[in-house]
Amino acid sequence: MEEPILKFENFTFQYNAQKKPTLYDISFSIRKGEKIIICGPSGCGKSTLMHCINGLVPHSYKGEKTGSITISGKNTQNMSIFDISKSVGTVLQDCDGQFVGLTVAEDIAFALENDCVEVDQLHERVKSVAKLVNIDDYLTHAPNELSGGQKQRVSLAGILVDDVDILLFDEPLANLDPATGKYAIELIDEIQKTTGAAVIIVEHRLEDALHRNVDRIIIMNEGRIAVDAKPDELLCQDILKETGIREPLYITALKYAGVDITPQMKPSSIRSIVLSDEDKRKVVSWYENSTKEDIEDKRPYLLEVKDLEFSYDKKAKVLQGVNANVKEGEMMAIVGTNGAGKSTFSKVICGFEKETEGTIIFNGENLSDYSIKERADKIGYVMQNPNQMISKVMIFDEVALGLVTRGVPEDEIKTRVEETLKVCGLWQFRNWPISALSYGQKKRVTIASILVLEPKMIILDEPTAGQDYRHYTEIMEFLLKLNKKGITVAMITHDMHLMLEYAKRSIVFSKGKVICDDTSANILTNPEVIKAANLKETSLYDLALMCNIENPGDYAQRFIDYEREVER
Amino acid sequence: MTNLFNYIEKPSPIHNLSGATKFICLLLWSFAAMSTYDTRLLIALPIISIFLFKISRIKLKDVSFILTFILVFLLLNTIMIYIFSPHHGTEVYGTCTVILGSGKYSLTKEQLFYHLNYTLKYISTIPIVLLFVTTTNPSEFAASLNKIGVKYSIAYSVALALRYIPDVQREYHEISLAQQARGIEMSKKASLVNRLKGASAILIPLILSSMDKIEIVSNAMELRGFGKNKKRTWYMGRKFRSIDYICIVLCLLLLVVSIVLTKVNGSRFYNPFV
Repeated sequence: MEEPILKFENFTFQYNAQKKPTLYDISFSIRKGEKIIICGPSGCGKSTLMHCINGLVPHSYKGEKTGSITISGKNTQNMSIFDISKSVGTVLQDCDGQFVGLTVAEDIAFALENDCVEVDQLHERVKSVAKLVNIDDYLTHAPNELSGGQKQRVSLAGILVDDVDILLFDEPLANLDPATGKYAIELIDEIQKTTGAAVIIVEHRLEDALHRNVDRIIIMNEGRIAVDAKPDELLCQDILKETGIREPLYITALKYAGVDITPQMKPSSIRSIVLSDEDKRKVVSWYENSTKEDIEDKRPYLLEVKDLEFSYDKKAKVLQGVNANVKEGEMMAIVGTNGAGKSTFSKVICGFEKETEGTIIFNGENLSDYSIKERADKIGYVMQNPNQMISKVMIFDEVALGLVTRGVPEDEIKTRVEETLKVCGLWQFRNWPISALSYGQKKRVTIASILVLEPKMIILDEPTAGQDYRHYTEIMEFLLKLNKKGITVAMITHDMHLMLEYAKRSIVFSKGKVICDDTSANILTNPEVIKAANLKETSLYDLALMCNIENPGDYAQRFIDYEREVER
Repeated sequence: MTNLFNYIEKPSPIHNLSGATKFICLLLWSFAAMSTYDTRLLIALPIISIFLFKISRIKLKDVSFILTFILVFLLLNTIMIYIFSPHHGTEVYGTCTVILGSGKYSLTKEQLFYHLNYTLKYISTIPIVLLFVTTTNPSEFAASLNKIGVKYSIAYSVALALRYIPDVQREYHEISLAQQARGIEMSKKASLVNRLKGASAILIPLILSSMDKIEIVSNAMELRGFGKNKKRTWYMGRKFRSIDYICIVLCLLLLVVSIVLTKVNGSRFYNPFV
C-alpha cells in the first residue's frame, strides 16, 4: 500500500489554557489524492485538528501534545509552520478575512512574494494559476468588488500557487448562498482532479458537502474520532443523530417512510441513491397518510410595503416596485442572493436608508416621517454578528442601553430589563460580563437589548450564520418561543433549512424586485425561483420526483410538519 | 466615499516612476522647500509642480476637495500669524516700512512680504504631496518603503491598513445605524458630550469585531509564509530605471540650491529691503 501523505498516530493535544485535552488519541491516515470530510458539532475538536494539520498548533496556539503527526513521512514536530505550508494549503472559513492583497493578483501572489520569487516569474505564475481557477479576468479587481464565489476562487488560487499535497478547507460553505456553495464543492472537486492533491473538507453541513463524491467521512465527537467510514456506510448508521449533525433530508424522509437504508443503495447522494419499487411505494404511502397543517392565515397585516423604490444615487435602482407584507404574529423569511436587495429592504424599513418612493405602513401608521429611533420602538433590527452591537461590559447595562438613552426612569428600566432577561433565558447571567458568554448567548443578549424596547416586530440578519446544528436549533427555538409570545419575526437568510423549518412563508428578492411570495416548501421545490435566487432544490424535491409524487412542495411541507411533531 | 489615499490610475510618466523614487523625491523636495524662505526658489517650485501635474494627467477636480480644505486652513493660519505677531516681518528683515495705520497692528511691507513667503512655502509643498498620493499605487508604495530600507513587516502593514479602510468604513456605517436605532443620537440634535459618548458605543463594537479580523488575517498570512525569510519580493514592485535616478538627482539638486541660497543670503530669508 502507498505511503500515507498525512498520518496521525495516537495524537492527543491540550491547549495551555485548558484543563482537559481538546483532542484525544487521534489516529487516522490519508493517502495521496484522497478526499475526506471531517464533520462534527461545534467544540468537537475539528478546528483544533485542522490547526494541528496546518501548523497553527503549536505555532500560534500553544499546548501540550503526545503522539505524532507525519506529513509525507516527516514528523511535523521538526517542521516550522512555513515548512508545513509548502505541503498543506489552507482555505480559511472567512474569505474576506483572509484576503491580504489590495487586488486579486497581489493576493494570489502573496505566498510567492514571501518566497522571494522574482517579479517576472511572479506575474507569470499568478496568471497561470488564475486561469486554473478561472479568475484571470479579475486580476486588477479589489476584494470588495468580487462576489462570494469569486472570493473563494481567489483564496483557492492563493494556495494553489504552491504545489501543495494537501488542500484543507475550513467550512467552505459557511458564508455562501446555497447555489454558490454547490458551485464551490464542484470547484474543489475539479481542482482535486487536476492537481491530484489530497483534500480535507471540515464542514458540518454534510448533505451539501456530499454534493460531489468523497472517499471517507470522519465524524468527530468530544475530541475523539467517533467514526471513520465510507459515506454509503456511514449514512446507514444512526451516528449522525447521536452526535448532533444534521442528516441529509432525503435520508430522514426515507427513514420516516420505513425504508431500510443499506450501503448497496448508494445513499451518499440523492443522485446516486437507488430505490426499489417497494421503497418508492413506501414513500408514496407515507405521503398519502400524512396530514398537512392548514396554513391559511387570516391574521391582519402588521407591515405593508407599497411600491417601494430605492437607489443610492439617482442611477441604479436597488429596489424597484417592491410590494410586500408581513402579517401580525408571523415568522417569515426574506431570501435572495447577495445584492438582490433583501438587506436594503430591511434597512429602508428600519429607516437606515430613506426610500425614494413608496409607502411603508406599520400597524396602520405611515412610517415615512419617523426617525430611525422612532421606528426602532416598533421594529427592532438585530445585526448578524453580535460583536457588532455589544458596547457594554455587563449584560444588564447592555440590555438597558436603549432604555437609558430614551430617558426611561431608573426603576422602570430595572423591571423591564429583568423581565426581558427572564424571557431570553439570561436571568442567571445578569451580573456576568458579556465576554464570558458563548456566541449563542451573546446573540441572545443582542436580541434582548432590542426586545427591551418592546417592538412588535424584529428583523434579524442571518440569525444562525456559521452555527452548527445544535446552536442553530437553540437560536431558532428561542426565536420560535418569542414568536409564540406574539412578536412578529422576519429573518434575512441564505439558509434553506431555516426557511423550510422555521419560516412558513418566504419572500424572494432578485435584482431589486420581489419575484416570489409563497410558502417556503413551495419555493424550495420551484426550479425557476430557485435559479433566480441562487437557492438550491431541497433533496426532498428530488425524492418526490423519484417517487412520482405530483406535488413536491406539498410533500416537503408534510415532511416538515411531521418532523416538528416527532421532535416534540 | 472619500478615500484617504486616493490613488488615481492614469497612464503617465510620473505614474511609471517607481514608488521609491517618488517617495525620495517627495522628501528631498519638501526639505528644499522647508529649509528656505528664499522667494525666488519658492516661486520656482510651484511653477515646476504645476508643470509636473500637467505631465501626470491628474485633473484639478480630482484633488479639488482636499485642496480647498488645505487652502482654507492656510488662510486661517496666515490670519492667525498676523493677529499674534503683526511685526514678525520687521524682526526678520530688520527694517520697518509702514504702509497703513499705526500702532500695534500697523501694516508693514516686511510683514506682507513675510506672509507672501510663508504662503509660497505651502504652495510649493502641497501640490507635490498631492501628486505623490494620487500617482502612487499603495501596494507599490509599500514595496518601495521596503526597498529604501523599511522592514517589510512594517511596509506591509501600511498596505494592509489601506486594504481594510473600505471594510472598516462600511462596518462603521452599519454599526452606527444599528446603534442609532437603539437610541444613540449621533446627529446635531445631541450635545457634543452625548455625541462623544455615542461614538464610544460605535467604536467599541468596531474595535472588538476588528480584533477578531486581525487574528484571522494574521493566521492567514502566516499560513502563506509571511515572515519566513528576511526579505520578500513584491508583485507590484518596479525596477529602478535610469529615469528614476535622473529624477532623484534633479530633486537632490533642488535641495542643494536651497542650501546654497541659505549660505549666500546669510540666513534662511531672502531680504530685498537692504
